[in-house]
Amino acid sequence: MAGLTLDLIGMQLFAGVALGAVYVLLAIGLSLIFGMLTVVNFAHGAFYMLGAYVGLWLMAHGGNFWLCLVLVPLVVGGIGLAVERVLIRPLYGRGIDYPLLLTFGLSYIIVELVRITFGKSGFPFDTPELLQGAVDIGVGYFPLYRLFVIGATAVILFGLWLFLERTSFGLIIRAGARDPLIVRVLGVNVAQVWLIVFGMGTAIAAFAGLLAAPLQGVIPEMGGTILAEAFVVTVVGGMGSLLGAVLAGILVGVVVSMTSLFAPEMAKVAIFALMALVLLIRPQGFFGRAGLMS
Amino acid sequence: MANDLAFESSRQPSPLLEWATRHRVALASLFLLVFPLVMPFKALAIMILIYGLYALGFNLLFGYLGLLSFGHSALFGAGAYLCGIAIVHFGWPWYLAIGLGLVAGMAVALVIGALAIRTRGIYFAMVTMALSQCVYYLFYQAVDLTGGENGLRGVNLKLVNIAGFEVDFLNPLSRYYIVCGFVIAALWVLSRILASPFGAVIEAVRENEARARASGYDVTLVRLLTFVLSGAFCGLAGALLALHLSTVPIETMHYETSGLAVMMCLLGGMGTFFGPFIGAAIFLLLENLVSVWTSHWQLFVGLAFMACVLFFPRGIWGTVMDRMRA
Repeated sequence: MAGLTLDLIGMQLFAGVALGAVYVLLAIGLSLIFGMLTVVNFAHGAFYMLGAYVGLWLMAHGGNFWLCLVLVPLVVGGIGLAVERVLIRPLYGRGIDYPLLLTFGLSYIIVELVRITFGKSGFPFDTPELLQGAVDIGVGYFPLYRLFVIGATAVILFGLWLFLERTSFGLIIRAGARDPLIVRVLGVNVAQVWLIVFGMGTAIAAFAGLLAAPLQGVIPEMGGTILAEAFVVTVVGGMGSLLGAVLAGILVGVVVSMTSLFAPEMAKVAIFALMALVLLIRPQGFFGRAGLMS
Repeated sequence: MANDLAFESSRQPSPLLEWATRHRVALASLFLLVFPLVMPFKALAIMILIYGLYALGFNLLFGYLGLLSFGHSALFGAGAYLCGIAIVHFGWPWYLAIGLGLVAGMAVALVIGALAIRTRGIYFAMVTMALSQCVYYLFYQAVDLTGGENGLRGVNLKLVNIAGFEVDFLNPLSRYYIVCGFVIAALWVLSRILASPFGAVIEAVRENEARARASGYDVTLVRLLTFVLSGAFCGLAGALLALHLSTVPIETMHYETSGLAVMMCLLGGMGTFFGPFIGAAIFLLLENLVSVWTSHWQLFVGLAFMACVLFFPRGIWGTVMDRMRA
C-alpha cells in the first residue's frame, strides 16, 4: 500500500459522500413513497434512468444543464403523477404485494420504451462547462462537479425538510405516514396527498438520475443495478425514515469508495455485507420503527 | 394478500374437481408426457419444463407461504453454476452434479433466507433482491471457477446412463423425457409436501400469521424451511438448465431472472399446483413469438404482466380453476 496517505483517504471520503448523495436522493424518494403509500416502488430505478434520458433529450434540443435541473423533475414527476392515478390507485386495498408487482412490470415497459426511442447502447453525458475542472479542498484537488452533486443534494434535502416541517401540507404528509386512517377521518383528501407524494418521489429520482448522468453516462440499464443499492440504503437506514435514508446513503457511499481504495474487487459486495451486518444486529435498520412493516 | 388467495379446495368442490385434485400429480405428469408430441419446438419445450420447475419452486414460497422473493435467481443460478462446475472442473458424473446443484440451491436459500426472514413484510422483497445481487457479484468475480462475464462453458453431456441403458442426451426428445423425469419427481414431492401437515401449516402462516403463531407454530422456522425447500426445486431447475444449455450464462444469476419467476408464477396463477408451468409456457411462447417480429418483446411481456396484476390477479390457471369451481 505505497502512497497511501491521509490525503488520499480524505479524497476518497469526499468521493464517497458524492456517490452517497445519489443514493440519498433515491432512498429518500423510496422512503417517502413507502412511508405514505406503503408501496415499494420497483420502478424507482426506471424513473432514475428516465431522468437522465429526459435530460439528454432536452440538451440535444437546445436546453442547457441548468434548465434541465428544473424541467427534468417536472416532466418525470408528471409521469409519476399519471402512473399513480391510473395504475397504482386501483390496487390500494388489494394487498401490499400488488403495487410492488405492478411497478416491477412498469419498469420493464419504461426501460423498453427508452430502448426503442434512444437505442440500446449508452451515451456519454457532458459535464456542464461551468462545473468542469477541480478545486482545492485542502486535502487535494477534487472534481468540481462532484462538489456540485453534494451541494445540489443538500439543497434538495433542505428544501424537503422545510416543506415537510414548515408547511401545512408537510404536516399532513407526516401525519399520514403515522396514521392514514385518522388523517382521513379528519377530512383530509388522502388520495390527493398520496398522488402528490408519489409524484415528488419520482421527481427526486429523476433529479438523481440527471445528477448521476455526467458521472457515469447514460444507458437504459442504469436503473436496475442502482435500485438494488438504493434498497440496501433504505434497509440500512430504516424504511420510512428520512434521516435514516440520509445517513445510510452517505455511509453506503463512503463504504463503496473506501473498499474500492483498499480492495477494488470487493467494492460491489461490501455494501451487501454491510446490509447483512445491519440485518443481523438491528433488523429494522438505524431509524426504522420495529414492527412498522408487519 | 391473505384473504384473496382461496385455499385450493375450500369452496364446495365438484366431484370432478375433487378427483382431479386428488390425482393432480398423475394428471400433470400425463400432460407433460404428451406435451412434446404436440409441441413442434422441442428445445423450447425443454425450456418450458425447466422454467416451469423454477417457477414452481418460487410458487411454493410466494403462492403457498405468501412471501414475495425477488432473489430467486441466486438459488436458480447457484444450482446451474455448481452443477456446471462439478462437470467442467471436477469431471463429476451427471447425476451427482445435478444433486450438487440441488444442494447448492438449498444452501444459498438457507443463507439468504436466514438473513431475509429477520425482516418482515415488504422488506422481504427488497432484502432478497439485494442479497441475490450480492451472490451475482460473487459468482461474477470468481472468474477461475465460473468464467465471469463470459459464463461457464463446456458443460457437455452426450450420453446418459440410466440403469444400464445408454440414452442419447443430444436427441431433443430423449433429453426432454430425462428432464421430464426430474420434473415429475419434483411435482410428486411438492404434492406430498402440500398434502402433509407441514403443508397445512405453510398455508396457515399465509392466511393468518398471528393465529398460526398463537396455535404454537414456529412461524420463523416454517418460513425458513419453506425457503430452503423452494431452493431445492430452484437449484434442481438450475442444474437441469446447465445441462440443457451446456453453458451457464452469467444472466442466469441476474436480477431479471428473479423477475422471470415472479412473472411466470403470476401469469400462471400463484398458489395453484400447475399454474407455474402454464405461466412458464405462456411467457416463453410469447417471448419466442414476439421476438420473431420485434426485438422489443420485453415491452409486450411487461404489458401482459401489468394487465395480469390489474385484471387477473389469480393468473390464467387460477382464473380457470375459479371458473370450474363456480
